[in-house]
Order: sequence, then structure tokens, then C-alpha cells
Amino acid sequence: MHARAHGGGRSLFEKIWDKHRIRELPGNRDLVFVDRHIVQETTSALAFDGLSRAGRPVARPELTFAVQDHIVSTAPDRDEDTNPGGRELMRAIRSNALARGIRHWGVEHPRQGIVHVIGPELGIALPGTILACGDSHTATVGGIGALGIGVGTSETEHVLATQTLVLPRPKPMRVSFEGTIRPGVTAKDLILFAIGRLGIDAGRSHAIEYAGPVIRALPVEGRLTICNMSIELGARLGVIAPDDATFAYLAGRPYAPAGADWERAVAAWRDLSSDADAAFARDVALDCSAAAPQVTWGTTQDQVVAIDGRVPDPDGMLDPERRRLAAAALAYMDIPPGRPIEGIGIDIAFIGSCTNGRLSDLRAAAEVAKGRRVAPGVRALVVPGSTTVRREAEAEGLDRVFTEAGFEWRSAGCSMCVSINEDVVPPGARCIATSNRNFENRQGPGSRTHLASPAMVAAAAITGAIADVRKVLG
Amino acid sequence: MQPFVAFRSVGAPLNRANINTDAIIPSAWLRSAEADLARGLFAAWRFDADGNEIADFVLNVPPFRTARLLFAGANFGCGSSREAAAWALKRFGFGCIAAPSFADIFHENALRNGLLPARISEEDLARAIALIEADPNTRFHVDLAGEAITPEAGLPFRFAIEAHRKEALLRGDDEIAATLRHGEAIAAHATADMAERPWLYAALAPDAAREKV
Ligand code: SF4
Repeated sequence: MHARAHGGGRSLFEKIWDKHRIRELPGNRDLVFVDRHIVQETTSALAFDGLSRAGRPVARPELTFAVQDHIVSTAPDRDEDTNPGGRELMRAIRSNALARGIRHWGVEHPRQGIVHVIGPELGIALPGTILACGDSHTATVGGIGALGIGVGTSETEHVLATQTLVLPRPKPMRVSFEGTIRPGVTAKDLILFAIGRLGIDAGRSHAIEYAGPVIRALPVEGRLTICNMSIELGARLGVIAPDDATFAYLAGRPYAPAGADWERAVAAWRDLSSDADAAFARDVALDCSAAAPQVTWGTTQDQVVAIDGRVPDPDGMLDPERRRLAAAALAYMDIPPGRPIEGIGIDIAFIGSCTNGRLSDLRAAAEVAKGRRVAPGVRALVVPGSTTVRREAEAEGLDRVFTEAGFEWRSAGCSMCVSINEDVVPPGARCIATSNRNFENRQGPGSRTHLASPAMVAAAAITGAIADVRKVLG
Repeated sequence: MQPFVAFRSVGAPLNRANINTDAIIPSAWLRSAEADLARGLFAAWRFDADGNEIADFVLNVPPFRTARLLFAGANFGCGSSREAAAWALKRFGFGCIAAPSFADIFHENALRNGLLPARISEEDLARAIALIEADPNTRFHVDLAGEAITPEAGLPFRFAIEAHRKEALLRGDDEIAATLRHGEAIAAHATADMAERPWLYAALAPDAAREKV
């Protein structure tokens, strides 16, 4: 880690932010314009209620999208009533959207999906835009060069009423991924590796730009995975400068500019990068050359280890607070201190979420699943991140690869990432998941979660234990 | 928002770092807009699988059952953006969380709900915990105007809060109303942006072809 000399240039984050700033407010806060707003069912009901109580209209319904994703059933033939526990919030968003003239994509809609998956996929999020959503993983859209701001319910109401946000201005931070990566190492492994090195609050009050040759070489969907976990680094914002790969990814998306507009848009987007002399409040470089596939062993995302490593022995840890946290996490996870991470038996394998529920993720998992069988006693689920992803995966036969291998092929939604629908990990069961949170009880009371990449989760499903995908693929 | 009023309370000690919003309010309490959030607060730590209280969890220990002040470890409120975390703390009765640091989104959510996130030093946190261990009935005066949490006997714990956030809390401001007063500036910004980036708006204009899947 080193601090670079401060120059006069501006960072990518500052360029986008400043363009959206309407007013500077006292106390280092800015009033910023929101280009795109997506609302989801679990954090918007009270925001709409608040608007109604105050008699306020939605300022710009045409810039707003509403989607059901968190609490939806993922049963293959689901409808709004399949998961009775979700009915109240699903009905609420549907009727609120209808009453307010907002586009709404419910469970039955071909464009339904997890907010952070459909934003880039449909071209709702575009380079240089600010997108707000009542969900902490909104930074995902940083992968295509947008600033995604995760907000609470009061702020959701604020965006609905004003199309703006009042935000503390974060400080620019850069994390450069240097070196060359080894085979089997994916975007998920890289971001877990970074969190392991930097800690879960390294980015607090900062907006992170991910840079360096490793990031530049990542496909766009991998960049979305990186930015997705910005909040796991403590940052509300994460962004990657858009490039030709980004433009190729966005071309032809339903809500992306088309025709002559497309050319004008791309011309504007080409300016979206940090100046060579931009100043960063924190500037960190990570050498990724030695990184291996990663798996979390504890109950925060920085409690992570390479697949060929061992979980720590708290007795050997010097820092008393880290020792206490490690011991508590190992006890919760029921893992003996110091044992190798490889070979720990699992009960459930979950492939999906806004971190790793895109087509490339399913392809990576299918490559491992193809011609193999889920280990006896293991429940393995594949939950596409969106209905579009589901359709595209079926068009290339991935659904059959999974079902023939013994995986469940489900409908799109957040599913076992947040377990607010019927997809719950039973008490004491151990789940390896492609999602982003391994907190105590996250996947259900008493659930134990290991985070890993799609290929690693598929390898564990086949093996029945945490496994090194590089060995499984031979 | 209700104006923030200074109060006296015992301090409940929950001295662990990285208390996340899934722990503060588990997802089971997010299924309904009418859920009993006070009951859901720290539910997995407070209640066993049968719904019985876990005796040694701090909020089940008298006198902390009625505490309005919580002392917690660094990075409080990390994880999910769920504002229900702030609501649950409020509904239970808390008016102030004192911790060495707060996760960004939780910090904003707390301020928007009249819940004071008071940033105190690690040393002061340790001192507060020691005071409580010596006498659990120690009462603290939480004074936003004076930017201090003061134990009955002992030196105050100072916290800094940005002046305008403090005023907003003390007045109980409606932030949306405040922003709407910038209505002209917002409209001017939007008009200028539409001229500069027309493609950004054209891409969302109603168009049957675009809506066809
Ligand atoms: S998949 Fe998980 S992290 Fe992503 S939006 Fe849904 S609940 Fe949140």
C-alpha cells in the first residue's frame, strides 16, 4: 500500500459525481441528480406509503423501474401466490407501481430478475449515469461504468419524490489488481482475495475505483461481480472505467441508446476514465499473481482462505480482537481450528445471486457439472439471476446439463442469498454459495455459509465437500 | 421526523465489532410492512429456536431491557441497506448507538430516523464498558446539543457530529421538503442534462418495440 502524489486531475468517480451535482450542501454533502431508479418489493412499500401520506407525486416515473426479486418464489411454475409469505410485499409493489405509472416487472414478466442483474442486462444502467436502488449491492453497475448507490427506504422515498439524493461525498479510493492470474481464478476469487487482504471496512466513506491490468482483462460480467462486493469492502460505491468491452456488452440492450444516439453516447463514454494525475485518498495495489480460488471459512467476508490453505488457529493470532472474532466464527461454523478448508463436507450448494447469477457464471458452473453427478445427500440449486438469463441458458442447453447432473433448475430471484422466500438453509446445515454474505443466520436460522465462485460451488456439489475445482476438472 | 430530545438511560453493552444489519433485524422480519420490529431486534441472539429468551443476551438482562443507549463495537450496521435495522432499534426504544464507527448506509438511515449514531473513541468505548461492568445501573445523559454522553459519575464521552446534521436531528427536519425547496435548481439541471445527453432520455421514452421481449 502506498499513497501517490496528489495531482490536479480528477478520478472517474469525481467526474461522474460532479456532473450530477446540483448543489453543494453544508457538511460535505451534495444534492445529486439520479438518472435511473430501480425499486424492489422489500424496501419500497413504506417509501410509497410515505409519499402517499405526504400527498407527493413521483417526480419522474419514466426514469423509474419496479421489480419483484427478493421475496419471489423460485419454483419453476411460480406465480405471485406460490410463496404466501411474499404476497403482501409483491402485491404492494405491483399496485404502487401501477398507481404511480412506473414500469413493473413481476414474477410472470420475461424481464423480471434481481435488480442488479437486470440493470446492466437491459441497458437501464449506462456508463456515466447515477443509478439508485434500495439495496446495498447497487454498486454492481459500477462494472459498466455507472455509479450505483445503495439506499435505504427513506432515501428511496426521497428519490421517488425528487429524482435526487442528498449524499455525503465519498472520498476517492483506488484498488489496483496487478500481475497475471492463474487458471481457475475468477472475478469472485479476486474480490474475495481483496476483501481478505483489505478488510470489510477498508472502503468506508470511500468510492472505490477498481483498476489495473487484471481488471482490464476481465470480461464485463466479471467486472460486475467485482463491483457487486464493494459493500463487502465497506464502500457504498465501486466503479470500473468503461472500455470497448463495455460498449460491446451494452450495444443492442433494450434500454440502451440506439442508432445515431448510440454513436453519440459512446463518444461521450470514451471520456470516462481517471486522469493520469488524479488524486486518491487511498490508493492500494494488490498482486494477484499468487491468488488461488478462495473460500470463506467464517462469518464475515474477510475470513477467507485459498482452497489449498487452512482455516486459522485463533491461538496463533496476535491481535486479540481478530482472535476473538476468529474463534467465535469457527465455533459458529463448527470447524476445528487449523484444519484444511478443502474436504469440509457440505449439505447444500447454491449457485445464483446478484454476485454470480449471470450467464457466464452459469456457464462456468455447467462446465464443471457436465457429465458428472451431484454427490449423494447434497441439495444443489441453480437460480438464474434473471428471467432473461434463464431463457438464454436454456437456449444453450445449460438447464439440461444441470438437471442431468442432479441440480435443481429454478426461476429467477434472490433465493438462498437472503432466504426471505421459501429457499432456506436448515439449522446447522452447511451451504456453499456463490452469493456475497456469509453472516450468521443469513441463509436461515443456524445456517452456515461458505462463499466461493460458481465453478467452486459446482465442484463442491459434485464432490460433496469443499473442493479445488482445478483438481475436479483435472 | 420527531425532534431529538436529550435523555437519560442505562447503557447496554454489546461490545463486538462488525454487527451487521442481518443480525440487527433478521430477514424473517422483512416480509411484512407491519412486522413487529421491536420483537425482531437481534432476534437470533435474543431468542432461541422456540422463541424463549436467551438469558445471558444483554437485552434480556435487567436493567438493559429498557435501555435507550447502546454501546457497540466498530463498523456497526455493516451489510444490508435495510432501513428496518434503524427502525427496529428505534421501536425497541433506542435513541442512540455509541460506537467507534458506523457503516455508511446505516449511518444515513439512522440519522433519517432520529436515531443518533454517536462516534466515540475506542478508549471511551472501553471506559464505558468498564463503568457498566462495575455498575450496570450506571445512567448516562445523552446530549446531542452538547455532543456528549455523560455518565453519572465520570468524564463525558465526546462525539462529533456535523453541525447541519445535528440541527436537522434537533429540529426533526423533513429532508424531502428541504430538497423540494431546491426544485428550480433540480429542474434546471434536468433541462441542461437533457440538452447535453438527449440519448439518455430517448432510451426510456415510451416505445412499443422497446417493451417487446
Ligand atoms: S441476490 Fe442477495 S445480495 Fe443480491 S440483491 Fe438479492 S438479496 Fe441482495
